[in-house]
Amino acid sequence: MIVEISCVEVWREISNYLEGDIGPELRARIEAHLKVCKHCTAVHDGTRNVVRLMGDGVAFEFEVPKNFSKRLYRKLPTRPHEP
Amino acid sequence: MSQLSQPRMHLAESELIQRVCDGDQDAFYELLRPYERAIFVAARTVLYNDADAEEAAQEAVLKAFTHIGSFRGESKFSTWLIQITINESRMKLRKQHRHLYESVDEPRSDEEGDYWPKDFADWREIPSEALDRKELRQTLGKAMDSLAPKYRQVLILRDVQNLSVAETAKLLGISESNVRTRLLRARLQMRDALAPGIDGSWSRGREYEKVRPW
Repeated sequence: MIVEISCVEVWREISNYLEGDIGPELRARIEAHLKVCKHCTAVHDGTRNVVRLMGDGVAFEFEVPKNFSKRLYRKLPTRPHEP
Repeated sequence: MSQLSQPRMHLAESELIQRVCDGDQDAFYELLRPYERAIFVAARTVLYNDADAEEAAQEAVLKAFTHIGSFRGESKFSTWLIQITINESRMKLRKQHRHLYESVDEPRSDEEGDYWPKDFADWREIPSEALDRKELRQTLGKAMDSLAPKYRQVLILRDVQNLSVAETAKLLGISESNVRTRLLRARLQMRDALAPGIDGSWSRGREYEKVRPW
């Protein structure tokens, strides 16, 4: 017997749910809710996609500016030796 | 042979640190070389453009150099270094945007109310093949930049850099439960900013802007 859960409660836990950072009972309640709630499924799928996209190391990364290393030590007393 | 020609590459960090303490500046460059990219990324995690991030990174490096004697080896050297970089960057951010961020950049126990998703567009697949890679990166960057600093920082450390919740908490000096709460909001806001679908039906003028490209 799974106790029903509200949409608001699902949203509150969606991030922990994606992390797997959630107890089995709550997980079962969320999964039962997702089966029947289109809105929460959209929130879940979208949030999961966001996490996947950002963390795949391909879609997003910061590009280190050209010659960053050379400028990095400029505030130090003396400059680094050129390689 | 190439390894033999660079024998100092294999020196342990602790030995390099000792040599820096003894006044060997070259040892400092060698010590930091593997972390140069991480330093930039840490600064860029907090700051919103490359020029500011570079400036903060340079300050952080100076600070690491002058304070290396206070490194006690209780955490990894890289953690110590990144922590300094993040602190320098946050100081710079606060100076720049004191009026904007003073209240939102500081950890507060009562900070988080519920965030309600604003958009229920269906988004089962990532249409990555249909997107230009550069465009996708810019879109994601813009969506991240639309978040308040405290959400953006947590999101980048955890979801872009793939640090654990514990590591993220340590670097930002906040509790793990704070990380989780901020992460939830950051992710939901990112989804709202990026979710595809036919939009136009919800309210404007929110704290973030929609940047969806698809």
